[in-house]
Amino acid sequence: MSGPRTLFEKIWDSHVIEEQEDGTCLLYIDRHLVHEVTSPQAFEGLRQSGRRVRRPDATLAVPDHNLPTTDRSKGIADETSRIQVETLQKNCAEFGIPLFDALDIRQGIVHVIGPEQGFTLPGTTIVCGDSHTSTHGAFGALAFGIGTSEVEHVLATQTLLQKRPKTMRIRVEGELPLGVTAKDVILAIIGKIGTAGGTGHVIEYAGEVVRGLSMEGRMTVCNMSIEAGARAGLVAPDDKTYAYLAGRPMAPKGALWEQAVAYWRTLPSDEGARYDREVVLDASEIEPLVTWGTSPQDVAPISGRVPDPAAETDPQRRAAMERALAYMGLEPGTPIAEIRIDTVFIGSCTNGRIEDLRAVAKIVEGRRVAPHVRALVVPGSGLVKHQAEEEGIDRILLDAGFEWREPGCSMCLAMNPDKLSPGERCASTSNRNFEGRQGKGGRTHLVSPAMAAAAAIEGRFTDVREFL
Amino acid sequence: MQPFRRLEGIAAPLPMVNVDTDKIIPAHWLKTIKRTGLGVGLFETLRYREDGSENPDFVLNREPWRRARILIAGENFGCGSSREHAPWALLDFGIRCVIAPSFADIFFNNCFKNGILPIVLPRETVDALMAEAETSPEPVFTIDLERQLILRPSGNAPVRFEVDPFKRHCLLEGLDDIGLTLKKAHEIEAYEEALRREKPWLFRPAA
Ligand code: SF4
Repeated sequence: MSGPRTLFEKIWDSHVIEEQEDGTCLLYIDRHLVHEVTSPQAFEGLRQSGRRVRRPDATLAVPDHNLPTTDRSKGIADETSRIQVETLQKNCAEFGIPLFDALDIRQGIVHVIGPEQGFTLPGTTIVCGDSHTSTHGAFGALAFGIGTSEVEHVLATQTLLQKRPKTMRIRVEGELPLGVTAKDVILAIIGKIGTAGGTGHVIEYAGEVVRGLSMEGRMTVCNMSIEAGARAGLVAPDDKTYAYLAGRPMAPKGALWEQAVAYWRTLPSDEGARYDREVVLDASEIEPLVTWGTSPQDVAPISGRVPDPAAETDPQRRAAMERALAYMGLEPGTPIAEIRIDTVFIGSCTNGRIEDLRAVAKIVEGRRVAPHVRALVVPGSGLVKHQAEEEGIDRILLDAGFEWREPGCSMCLAMNPDKLSPGERCASTSNRNFEGRQGKGGRTHLVSPAMAAAAAIEGRFTDVREFL
Repeated sequence: MQPFRRLEGIAAPLPMVNVDTDKIIPAHWLKTIKRTGLGVGLFETLRYREDGSENPDFVLNREPWRRARILIAGENFGCGSSREHAPWALLDFGIRCVIAPSFADIFFNNCFKNGILPIVLPRETVDALMAEAETSPEPVFTIDLERQLILRPSGNAPVRFEVDPFKRHCLLEGLDDIGLTLKKAHEIEAYEEALRREKPWLFRPAA
């Protein structure tokens, strides 16, 4: 028998159907999420070769990237977006795949609805043609993004050909200071290990701080594993995980639930299990963070300054920094708290869940968005939106001057009409600050929901702790 | 998939690190439901100016590199999203090989599925090849996948590269993964049967 194993190893081992001599594994896939952007060519491939979908019951589809976040009943004005969403509808009908369509209250960002429905379960393999599939790792699942060819492969065979990744454990120990959130934790991790720091690895997040995070917080952390270059990120399931899942529409019920939980309890890494790499962070050193550049590793504490490329010795990296600062329209040495913003975007699969909206409401209640700032809230799903409305969060936000929108990806990647214009500067709760990510020439600063809320009020970055 | 055995072509130097998939192909190009026609959008923001005209400073707009079939870039090439539109755009432009010190995982995988060979080499070697691509009058390299060698325009010693044996085999033969996997239908069925017994809850997501 094998020795102590990690959570990742337990999941991996139980999903290998066959291993070739060179280590390539045929891996069984338990859950497959599908959205409109990365699937049309996969379905077309199936059609051309006369193949069917092997397990429609293990597949769930939703449009999210292209949907407008204003009144949906009028349909989609942009023709190419509309065709892409209609193509998903047709493909799901033809291949028998369950679909939460645009007007379904269960519609939302693919990585928000999976957990919300209990489609995401511990110990499973979950894939989607989307890099932020890592989000689902918060439930102790091995969840990773794939390309469209692989989407077709999973549709046709319910498997993937994969090589075993390496393992890394990142422990965040100590206690998080007041005002420091899950988003700051993951930004701090990426700042420390770099955007390629996790390449080839699956990260297990552990330690006191991670145990203490809510499921929403764990999803935020796992979500951005890909920004650290990792294949996937995961957190061991525990009672919080089971409490979150219990009673969800697609989660097991009754005796099956008991049986599932008993199995899930065997999943956490064994004492003495070994990782290829270990990283430890001291939570007490983490401050609220803001990105200053065009890579998620470009982080600075709110008390800090924009760095100086002249201090970088590697010429390629220095060139990258100079380019980033030119693009961002920032001077070296500028205090982060002096950077004025034009726009605030609250949403995305990183921070578009109910807890995130509550955090924003808490900061802005009884305050007003600065007059020059456009502030948008896009809930992660129809159900998140509904719950926020039940709690009166929409009122608080509207009263403060935020726009309250329909759910979807929206300004996270600007495939729908929500875009930044050239030079527009945005405090965003999303996950990528690449050039042009939120619209051509748009300048993105990644922050936590609370920090974005505080920035909306002040019209510039500001330390959220002054609002608490 | 078109087999990849030997590729002879011009290599373009792109000395940038962390070239992300949004840079390779911006999101608005992702609305297509086809795999072809993305070449014009490749590196859009670097390649074109505000008014839509070509940016003469960008390497792929200059001779001889506008005919490039090979790209030589900095570390962590292809980071970001899983969009296979990135390799599709490269392919549509005519690029079938990317050389860099490191790649992001999903992009790396996606390349092989489309007959593009991503080659990882030590930073110093990449820098040397990049310099050759930059300065040779006719920077034609030959990528010999069978022998795992890069032949250089300078005539300097060929560079050997490593590649996963299974992926190499698939590229050389132009094999379709799905076809290969479907030969394992029996094994997949057997696995599923056992799964139904051991984890029955996975089969009843009551929608
Ligand atoms: S919210 Fe953003 S990161 Fe998440 S799936 Fe949508 S586009 Fe991708």
